[in-house]
Amino acid sequence: MESLLGRHRNLIIFLSVLFLQALGLAVQVKRGGPDEQDTRLIRIWAVDALTPFERAVVRVQNSADGVWRNYFFLRGVRAENRQLKEQIEQMRLEEVRLGEDAAQARRLQSLLAFKEQVIAKTVAAQVIGSSASDLSKSIYIDKGSNDGIAQDMPVITATGIVGKVLRVYPSTALVLLINDQTSGVGALLEKSRLQGVVHGTPNGELMLERVMSDEQVAPGETVLSSGGDQIFPKGLPVGTVTHVSPGKELFLNIKVKPAADLSRLEEVLVVTEKHEQQSLAENAGRMRAADILALRLPSVPDKPAAAGQTATGAKSSGAAQAKPQVATGKIKPPQENASPTTGAQPSKMAKVATPVAAQSVAGKTQSAKANVANSTEHTAVPTDLGKKNRTTGINGSILETHPSKPEATQAKPLNAQPASPPVPSPSQDTPH
Amino acid sequence: MPITYTSGEQIEVYRFSIPVTIGVPLLALFLQAFLPQRLPFFSIFDLPLLVTIFFAMARRNPISGLFTGAAIGLAQDMLGAYPIGIFGIAKTVVGYAASSLGAKLDVENAGARFLVTLGFYLVHQAIYFAVARGMVNLTMNWSWSRVIIAGLANALLGVGLYFLLDKFKQRA
Repeated sequence: MESLLGRHRNLIIFLSVLFLQALGLAVQVKRGGPDEQDTRLIRIWAVDALTPFERAVVRVQNSADGVWRNYFFLRGVRAENRQLKEQIEQMRLEEVRLGEDAAQARRLQSLLAFKEQVIAKTVAAQVIGSSASDLSKSIYIDKGSNDGIAQDMPVITATGIVGKVLRVYPSTALVLLINDQTSGVGALLEKSRLQGVVHGTPNGELMLERVMSDEQVAPGETVLSSGGDQIFPKGLPVGTVTHVSPGKELFLNIKVKPAADLSRLEEVLVVTEKHEQQSLAENAGRMRAADILALRLPSVPDKPAAAGQTATGAKSSGAAQAKPQVATGKIKPPQENASPTTGAQPSKMAKVATPVAAQSVAGKTQSAKANVANSTEHTAVPTDLGKKNRTTGINGSILETHPSKPEATQAKPLNAQPASPPVPSPSQDTPH
Repeated sequence: MPITYTSGEQIEVYRFSIPVTIGVPLLALFLQAFLPQRLPFFSIFDLPLLVTIFFAMARRNPISGLFTGAAIGLAQDMLGAYPIGIFGIAKTVVGYAASSLGAKLDVENAGARFLVTLGFYLVHQAIYFAVARGMVNLTMNWSWSRVIIAGLANALLGVGLYFLLDKFKQRA
């Protein structure tokens, strides 16, 4: 027996060491796998031993880089500054336009009692290291539980999502990147709104899975987070579709280029707080779909009184008379509380306010006017809402169009108060 | 590039000073954790594996080889996102096999080192994949192209690195 042990001593030790490690591994896996909450002390020791060096190197590197960039390498800064100022002006214009669109979207969302997740608070963190293995895509950041970081918090950059916090230590945290093979992000395609799951591949690429092969997906389409994973808020950029091919079974193989450069991360934002909120417009009072439609539709020019009298229906004549008044500025639609949409409309309205443009669109808008009137009617509460509008002054273009009342044919706007601000001209509308 | 079969008496056995024994694996781990964030292409390399192979082949002692592999592998596991022990098992096998091979074959020249490193890289990846999928139940896919390319890159780096580390060898 002893000779047997002596002869195979190396092999026995080898197998024992392997067995012990396998046993240790089994204990870990049995307790809940890689996502388990408790963190082993040995991990903490290892991380605490290594991260100070990484932190120190990063600090020295940043200091040297800062001195070089901020004091020595300033070539082309003036030209760049001028360019950036021009860019800021352009972006301000764009911001106003987007703000208007967003406000409009919020009002529509409020109509549907839509609750959105909003990023309330983020913590900026610096990437100080990686997982020391090509097989697991993860990074270490220099913020931990002392800074309010907790497990499963989303990690993002300005350009897109990065990953989620996997483990938290007092002053550092391990972030599992979205291109890790074990990670998954609920995603949707921006245009087609198709939903899927984004996974990492062994090569560190991203694949959008679970999209049926009979769907049309074009390269270049943006992939956003869907919010379905309960980690990332909806609407954050995940990446862009680069290649689409038929996959196994009934699904497409969709390769996605990550929006954030995952291989060159330096600074990230950890979303430490997010909350659901009802859209702001809901607080200002509910609007009918018809109100929003009326705001969006172009107006028509003044017509002779006879034209209004000869109109066949009360609804269409009402719209036909009220709109021109708005367009020519006779009626001053009140500005809704914190509503840039009414600010957006004047540009449209002003365009059709010129006689030539108005005539050219008059024919096209006839059917639209009828639709507006119909929409108003379909809300089924014109009188009540009309009263409400009269008092609150939500929408300047809402008309009394109750078909059973004879005065409905007079079609006057509910809130033609003189105190309301005038419709700004396009030049006035230009923000600075 | 001959791989000569020699008797145990003909093969030189080396040892290393304690600072080198501890410092080189730690430095390899640090660089592996730090450099890929600055130089993304570096993530293809596995410095801890190369160090494991080097020490195992130089010492030519299976016991020290397997313990070196286990220690470096477990340390690498501690820095990763997955359960501790996957790299530990893979590198224990590589350490044991490399030192066993080193005891039988003279792998001092560049060609032999290249082939041995390539072979052990493939073995390492296969064991890692098997343990990660079979035991830990991680969702992983095997990519031949990636493994081959990474194996060749590691073998090339290994040849250079071994010549550098040869400077620290001391005759036992």
